[in-house]
Amino acid sequence: MSSFHWDWGFAWAILPELLQGLVVTVLATLLGSMVAFALGMVWTLVRMLRIPLLTPSVSFFVEFIRGTPLLIQLYFLYYVLPTWGLTISPLPTGIFGLGLFYSAYAAEIFRAGIEDLPPGQWEAALTLGLPVRRVWLGIILPQAIRSVVPILGNVVISMFKQSSLLSTITVFELLAAGLNIGSVNYRYVEPLTLVGAFYFAISFLSARIVRSLEAKHAFAD
Amino acid sequence: MPSQIESRTHDPVAATASASAQALLSMRGITKSYGDHVVLNHIDLDVASREKVAVIGPSGSGKTTILRAAIGLVKPDEGTIRIDGEYLWHVKATDGLRPAGERHARRVRRAVGIVFQQFNLFPHMTALENVREPLVHALGMRRQESDARATDLLCQVGLKDHLGKHPAQLSGGQQQRVAIARSLALRPKIMLFDEVTSALDPELVGEVLRVVRQLASEGEMSMLIVTHEISFAADIADRVLMFDAGKIVEQGPPSQVLKNPTNPRTRQFLRAVLER
Amino acid sequence: MATPQSLWDYLPYLAAGLPVTLEITCIAMALAIIVGVILALGRNSQIALLRWAAGFVIEFFRGSSALVQLFWAFYVLPFFGIQLPPLVAGILVLGLNEGSYFSEVVRAGLDAVPKGQREAAVTLGLPFHYRLFRIILPQALPIMVPPFGNELITMLKFTALVSLVTVQDLSFRASLISSTLGESGPIFGLTIIIYFVLALLLGGGVRLLERPVSRWAGRDFSAAPAARRSSIPDWAVGGTR
Repeated sequence: MSSFHWDWGFAWAILPELLQGLVVTVLATLLGSMVAFALGMVWTLVRMLRIPLLTPSVSFFVEFIRGTPLLIQLYFLYYVLPTWGLTISPLPTGIFGLGLFYSAYAAEIFRAGIEDLPPGQWEAALTLGLPVRRVWLGIILPQAIRSVVPILGNVVISMFKQSSLLSTITVFELLAAGLNIGSVNYRYVEPLTLVGAFYFAISFLSARIVRSLEAKHAFAD
Repeated sequence: MPSQIESRTHDPVAATASASAQALLSMRGITKSYGDHVVLNHIDLDVASREKVAVIGPSGSGKTTILRAAIGLVKPDEGTIRIDGEYLWHVKATDGLRPAGERHARRVRRAVGIVFQQFNLFPHMTALENVREPLVHALGMRRQESDARATDLLCQVGLKDHLGKHPAQLSGGQQQRVAIARSLALRPKIMLFDEVTSALDPELVGEVLRVVRQLASEGEMSMLIVTHEISFAADIADRVLMFDAGKIVEQGPPSQVLKNPTNPRTRQFLRAVLER
Repeated sequence: MATPQSLWDYLPYLAAGLPVTLEITCIAMALAIIVGVILALGRNSQIALLRWAAGFVIEFFRGSSALVQLFWAFYVLPFFGIQLPPLVAGILVLGLNEGSYFSEVVRAGLDAVPKGQREAAVTLGLPFHYRLFRIILPQALPIMVPPFGNELITMLKFTALVSLVTVQDLSFRASLISSTLGESGPIFGLTIIIYFVLALLLGGGVRLLERPVSRWAGRDFSAAPAARRSSIPDWAVGGTR
């Protein structure tokens, strides 16, 4: 039975380093989300527009990303990209890896958002003589995107938590900071517990915000 | 009155050339099935220039489908549709008619407007923006001109004070009036009305019917109106069609079809509708 | 420079990771199902304390990533005197974590059972466990099968994390081979393909269960839901068809 007591002084002392890691985590999440949404929209449009060759390839690629572990995808990007002549530092690699992984989910969300629009919108657009490009850009996509914002919020929260995987490719984010402090001081309790607390506090609060967004959106219908 | 109930085999070019050269909308031999269910059974239907035609009948009789076919939302399995002289789904070739594609249909469709039961306004745009949309993107009008014309149209339907409102801020009747203004933007030669008051609270029906009445009395446009409002149809229609089970079972002036119907099915339907 | 051994020599070692990964997936998923059911019942309970407790557990495990929880179990628990073998720690964390998410699936299934079923069972004097296991759960099952398939694949992907706490699954072995050989492309490429094939097999297997489960629960199985016509018209999409 090992003795244990929580050292508040130690906990306080390591906060700055943890916060530094948190900044990296938040940065990776925000940038990764932008990548995910942009790519996700690309996948969705390619799939909707039925472009020969490109569409089935993209569909398969998206299924592949969704069906395989993020960890291995990150390993692949981190170790293999340099051999292809692309030396990118770990953080951008991690951001791209997160963005790519979640773009598959975003694509599905966008697709559902578009499909859930009332057919009457398409009919009105057709009978008013609007060109196809305008229908997509001015009528359909604005409505589809607006309707899925709360769900995209959940994607961001999920990415925030999974960003902890970036620690495996040497990105110095929140979890990596905690592990580092732990291994250097051989005291893991305070750093890892604080890390868990940070993740919990932020994702719990964000989830609350998203849920109230959902409620507000549902009410407006 | 020539009975249009029997089905005929048609030579589309010859038939249309002789009988309906004057008609603005001319539908011949329109047949449409969904699976085993025949929704439209060799329908012939004409609407002349400036004519107001009302269509009544039970649900599932095909009256909505024929309307949607007239604007090309539904493509018939058989038959031809001519709008202002041009075929909607065909092009004339030396040896008869060849099927035409979406782009051709798009051009011909310009002369037709439609107002939907569910309004189908664009919820993320204001009333003014909704009406401007076809002006800007279908006609290529510039900002000032489209603003002026859209404002004018909305004033015509009595919504002068609601230009900047979104559909969610408008009542059903107001939304439907915006929809009417929007469809008028392209100055269609014939306007289709698909049960435009059926989705409205009873007290809002009047304001919409008033607008349609006004359009009818202005005289310029042809109208094809599918409706349950029998007295309204009696007021404004030049001709009434009774649909049942995919066929036109009776047609004629309102004084006949609505007051003294000859077809038992028409009598039965009117009795049921008016006994509320 | 030592002659690098080829990938082929390491294949048996890699392949030995397959049963490990599958084992962990199945055992952890089984645990997740149990945890999910318990938590779902707790959330739906009449007793406020149970509702609160279940809610707390769910929020707790959903509040951070499985990786954070895994490392916490691996590095911190020993300080409290709890020494879990890595495999056990992995399965426990994955089971509890996934169970918290799966409880939502279970709740959706329970919600789908008409209220009248519970009322009828109560008025017939049937005891709680009978009501639950013989009346309610069986009817909830068909709804739960498709999302269960998704969660099972998610679990498969999560098992890769246990490689980071020294469990010798597919990912661990791939990582080891990669650092030994000094080349990563082929090994990670192969590994990711193996995971994909596993995911397809697991997903397909669960889909095969949809019909028998529906039939067992007395439901009319209609394959219709899968083939829903797209609301996007042809004219908006790549021209004429």
